[in-house]
Amino acid sequence: MSFLDALLGRSKPKPARLDALFAVSGAGIALEAALGLRPAGRAGVCFKPASGMGFEAASDELRGLLDLAVREAGSTLEISQDRYGYRWIVLGDADLEDLVTSVHLVNATLEEQGFGPQLLCSVFAFGSGEQACHLVYLYKRGTFYPFAPRPGERRDNELELRVRGALAGDLPVEADLTRWLALWGLPLA
Amino acid sequence: MARTRFPADAGLSTRMLATLFLLGLLYVVFVAVLIALRIPTILIVLIAGGFLLVQYFFSDRIALAAMRGREVTPQQAPQLHAIVDRLCALADMPKPRVAVAESDVPNAFATGRSPRRAVVCATTGILRRLDEPELEAVLAHELSHVAHRDVAVMTIASFLGILAGFVVRGSLYAGLGGGYRRRSDQDNTGQVVLLVVLASAVVYALSFLLTRALSRYRELAADRAGAVLTGRPSTLAAALVKVSGEMGRIPTRDLRAAEPLNAFFFAPALARGFSLSSLFSTHPDLQRRLDQLARIEAEMGRSA
Repeated sequence: MSFLDALLGRSKPKPARLDALFAVSGAGIALEAALGLRPAGRAGVCFKPASGMGFEAASDELRGLLDLAVREAGSTLEISQDRYGYRWIVLGDADLEDLVTSVHLVNATLEEQGFGPQLLCSVFAFGSGEQACHLVYLYKRGTFYPFAPRPGERRDNELELRVRGALAGDLPVEADLTRWLALWGLPLA
Repeated sequence: MARTRFPADAGLSTRMLATLFLLGLLYVVFVAVLIALRIPTILIVLIAGGFLLVQYFFSDRIALAAMRGREVTPQQAPQLHAIVDRLCALADMPKPRVAVAESDVPNAFATGRSPRRAVVCATTGILRRLDEPELEAVLAHELSHVAHRDVAVMTIASFLGILAGFVVRGSLYAGLGGGYRRRSDQDNTGQVVLLVVLASAVVYALSFLLTRALSRYRELAADRAGAVLTGRPSTLAAALVKVSGEMGRIPTRDLRAAEPLNAFFFAPALARGFSLSSLFSTHPDLQRRLDQLARIEAEMGRSA
């Protein structure tokens, strides 16, 4: 934030960065080779819905656009709401590369509709059960971090740190550990 | 290029800039008057500056101690932390510390000189009264204060008032004790002291009005940024109505105890019947804030 913006109490919504998303396909290979974590075939796009008529109209239009975009790649699509009022677009596709393409399409569509500043994160599911470790993409930072949720709202930090090590060359990993946001109740099960 | 759905408010920025300019001008004129009257300006500026630095560097600890707020870990307040976490990820700002104050007055405040040292504090009263989206809207407002560095800006803006206050007190003591008396202008001492006291009093009054105006503009700016961040201006409006509506009904003794910290509050803790004209208040009146939020809501609907 510039000096003048601070002086005038202005802040601009931060736009989302989508460029690094495609690196997930390469990272999938690295994760499987290094830690045996296989892609679980699901991914979620999380954003904050805005209020007002404009948004409702836009989200109907959006649903149509998304269905169209995703059908071409052969992925499935569901929309759900979490307990913090964020909306999740959950995509399913057995092929990781197609999944990444679909996620990027959804993001690009949301951004085109002007929801870029409302995007929170995208999550790619890897592994399952006690081995699960998801890959979370932070739009505003353009970085990834691992999130390994365990029952009772605990995280497997050791696995997360190992994943960080395995990914270091393939992805921009979030260096600031305080930004490794916990996402309990992910709709990716 | 993605389009943005939130046009900036040029009018608000202009008014704020004008206020800051007037404050700066007043400062320059005041120091010039002090120098012209051969008052030891450097000393006064140093003393006032010292106070300012203490306030600046310890603002977080002072405010937290005064409100008896204690920092909470994610285990102690998982819901509060989860909301702050998400808002910080949306806004791409470092996560401030999170605190809770044991008080039934529904309020929230943010303090700390920089985004890295910030604390966001909510009272148990507000946690109990607001539902989750409303609490999120209030926290987004507080995080906007942090992002706009309001503690730093307001501390520096209030410097002039502190300075003028010191000069009034200093010259009164000096005048009574004969501190400024020199052989050459012995006869003038009384006049000089009177002039300094008068000038300082005027400067104090003007700077008081200007900092109050600035504070109101910054509240409006934080309302705006908070509403844009959550994308829900009407939820913030609902929270405002709930908090302001309930605050008037709470016994006055509690409220008065909280008054010195008003500047960093979400809604001012003024007791009912304490009717100051809008010129003197640190927060814009409720109707003005609601009007602005309604306008943002309309803008969002149009551009979406």
